[in-house]
Amino acid sequence: MKEFPGTSGLILNEPLLWEKGKKGRCGFSLPRRDVESFPVDENLAGDGPDFPDLSEVDVVRHYTRLSQWNFSVDSGMYPLGSCTMKYNPKTNERQAAQPGFAAAHPMLHPDLSQGILKLMFDLERFLIEITGMDAATLQPAAGAHGELAGMLLFYTYHQSKGAPRSKIIVPDTAHGTNPASAALCGYKPVPIKSNEKGILAPEDVAAVMDEQTAGIMVTNPNTLGLFEENIKKIAEIVHAKGGLVYGDGANMNAVMGITDMGKIGIDVLHLNLHKTFSTPHGGGGPGAGPVCVLKHLEPFLPVPRVILKKGRYLLSENFPESIGTLHAFNGNVGVLVKAYSYIMSLGAENLKKASQLAVLNASYIKTQLKETFKLAYDRPCMHECVFSDELQQAHKVTTLDIVKRLMDYGFHPPTIYFPLVVPGAIMIEPTETESKEDIDLFVQSLKAIAKEAAENPQLLTEAPTKCHRRRLDETMAARKPCLTG
Amino acid sequence: MRYFPHTPEDITEMLNTVGVKSLEDLFGTIPVDCRRTSDLNLPQALTEWELNHHIDELCGSMAVSPEYKVFMGAGSYEHYIPVSLNHLLSRSEFVTSYTPYQPEMSQGTLQAIFEYQTLTARLLGMEVANASQYDGASALAEAALMAVRISRRKKVAVSRLVHPHYRRVLKTYLAPTDNEIIELPYLPDGTTDLSSLDALDDLAAVVVQSPNFFGCIENLKVIGDKTRAEKTLFVVGFSEPLAYGLMKNPGSQGADIACGEGQSLGIPRSFGGPALGMFATRMPYVRNMPGRLVGQTKDVDGKRGFVLTLATREQHIRRERATSNICTNHSLCALASAMYMSSLGGSGIKTLARLNYDKSEYLKGALRKAGFSIPFKQSTFNEFVVRFKDGFEKTYERLTAEKIIAGLPLECYYPELPNHYLLCVTETISKQDMDELVQKIK
Repeated sequence: MKEFPGTSGLILNEPLLWEKGKKGRCGFSLPRRDVESFPVDENLAGDGPDFPDLSEVDVVRHYTRLSQWNFSVDSGMYPLGSCTMKYNPKTNERQAAQPGFAAAHPMLHPDLSQGILKLMFDLERFLIEITGMDAATLQPAAGAHGELAGMLLFYTYHQSKGAPRSKIIVPDTAHGTNPASAALCGYKPVPIKSNEKGILAPEDVAAVMDEQTAGIMVTNPNTLGLFEENIKKIAEIVHAKGGLVYGDGANMNAVMGITDMGKIGIDVLHLNLHKTFSTPHGGGGPGAGPVCVLKHLEPFLPVPRVILKKGRYLLSENFPESIGTLHAFNGNVGVLVKAYSYIMSLGAENLKKASQLAVLNASYIKTQLKETFKLAYDRPCMHECVFSDELQQAHKVTTLDIVKRLMDYGFHPPTIYFPLVVPGAIMIEPTETESKEDIDLFVQSLKAIAKEAAENPQLLTEAPTKCHRRRLDETMAARKPCLTG
Repeated sequence: MRYFPHTPEDITEMLNTVGVKSLEDLFGTIPVDCRRTSDLNLPQALTEWELNHHIDELCGSMAVSPEYKVFMGAGSYEHYIPVSLNHLLSRSEFVTSYTPYQPEMSQGTLQAIFEYQTLTARLLGMEVANASQYDGASALAEAALMAVRISRRKKVAVSRLVHPHYRRVLKTYLAPTDNEIIELPYLPDGTTDLSSLDALDDLAAVVVQSPNFFGCIENLKVIGDKTRAEKTLFVVGFSEPLAYGLMKNPGSQGADIACGEGQSLGIPRSFGGPALGMFATRMPYVRNMPGRLVGQTKDVDGKRGFVLTLATREQHIRRERATSNICTNHSLCALASAMYMSSLGGSGIKTLARLNYDKSEYLKGALRKAGFSIPFKQSTFNEFVVRFKDGFEKTYERLTAEKIIAGLPLECYYPELPNHYLLCVTETISKQDMDELVQKIK
């Protein structure tokens, strides 16, 4: 057997910023003064912030050391379910950092910004093609921001029909952002359960869908990693009562080039460019959450919109039915450049291949581990598979213990305790960029941990032992919040 | 494709293990009528080298400094960014990790965000700051929603001198609610007119921006005293936080929520995003705050460590009753600003802020001397409004052709202000650049 990647490295201690440095240092090359000093109104002038004074070396060492306390996709396999932690290509970083884009002011006349406007116009077209929708906005800054855009589209659409609605159907497998985004538009979420196969049953939707219900939010493939096989029928039920279907595209990485969301009956779909289209997650963002719609909702898309007129790209405000504006400027353009670069690097054939390999990797893990851990639904999975700790409970170890031990083996834990419908869920999404060897090693470590759970459960309950810190007291953090130093 | 590690043998072996014959067979559960019938129609895949060339071509048509002299701020500022920041920020451990849900494997991000929260709170004079919002506009909208929650009132008074783009995002966020926005006009000196406030009762919040969209510093103390007496929340927005290196911060003037755009602290403009929504408040309001928070705690060995905390406010726990729907935030941008603030330090930020002020005062004086009027008398930080002579558009176009952008025309945002332009000067503009601008305008 190959050696597991987990080991303890040369990890150095590092204090908080303000515990180092000395007054009078500066880590910044202060520009030369070439004008005289002018008086400042004493009533307005303040003392300036109490920041520590550090040299450039202090700052560089500080952040270099902190970075070494992090695990990342570039360090190893990061199989966080529903997060699509795929490899983030380095060429994308190069493209977004070009001064022509990075230094561009967002309010210049469009004639001075043709390059980036063309890129945005083309990226919209690519996303429309990949999803099978008709039009798109690139403005939302994240997935949840895209959901908000989607719910505002629902709201404005129903307003335009003169019949506002008050409820929205949200399956119990949905991400928490779905009900939270709907609530921002005044919609009361009506939860429905998935059936014994882990998917939605048309009759359950029909039972709650009425003329007071704005529509349904469906994540497809869903958070159990299963394709919602009844989606077309469900869309028909919702449409028949005048409702709309929202597609949460968080899991689009499973179905690029395979499904046609427009044909399925989805009216509005958001994408997470930081998941499916390889832009880095940055320790929690920034991402981007473009929204694609069918033709009948296009008039409501946020403004400004990039349009092409007589060979020039323009930012147009001239969409009187628009929901309004969600971003100070044009969305997270730096992220858009990276997603565009990804699509240009892969092309049609490889985008489809990415989805196929993502599903292959997840299916392979599912097959390899289903004797070791309880599989929530033993059905063909898409890009992720969900297990639980049911078989390990006899040894008094939990999902939390299992994944903390996985850290010692050198892997980032999967998503845990989500979706809520699976108690003790362990949700594994390997993505297409993990090799068979690394997946084999991951499978072997989980099998070894299951064995440890039976023979020496303490190894799990006391894990992790190789990280910079061992288990942290989250209760104390919440009871006595210390949020600044 | 260089990002896919699978050899044909790997694929065959894995398919055998799974028990299917082909990659297509993995998708057997997808009904036929949900599938695409044709291949994706996308441009041919480019090599790394072709992509470089293609992007360079697109960039070639962009007007950026140093080729262009851009005297435009208006919520997006050009400041020098130390190369050490680019270097540190490109570290994979920061860039390619995700939200620190597993604290033992994310102490780097967690400590860095704890430090960001602290530096932000110190800069704004507030007690607590969150781990970031998307941008200044969404931060302001979330502040209004938070004030509505806390006060249980429905009216929000917003100054017309809050960035027009932020105001329209606020309007979009509030459209599906029954909350009402009341606009506060401005005075001839370039600050918010508060005279209508006395007639307004039951306000959830008063929202101003300082420096405001005209670059003027608002009399925050006066507003703070007024709102406190009425139990109305005082929200101070900003688009240029470097100003607080020189001017009084919102907290010291009575702000209940201070929020705005942090792009100017070490983040490139990138055509408007990604930027940084900074958001801070007072401790009594912390449980009503949107967004993620990092807190200090101890591990089982008693060593100091950091975790995500007070998560019961958030969507993944509280779902439709959460304080916000935000999940992915702008963590890496927050990190960039923390690196920037720590590189400058307390001494450096004062020097840099003063330099911005002095340079813009120099240009203001030079334009005044050249015969143009500075209509708003209130003090400014690094941008200000100039009234040029009738027909200045022609001059503006001529200057643009000469690669000088003479500010932002205000008429499309404020129809009552024809020939008024908002000009910005930061440390990146030299005296020579300014002299040349004045020379060419005359």
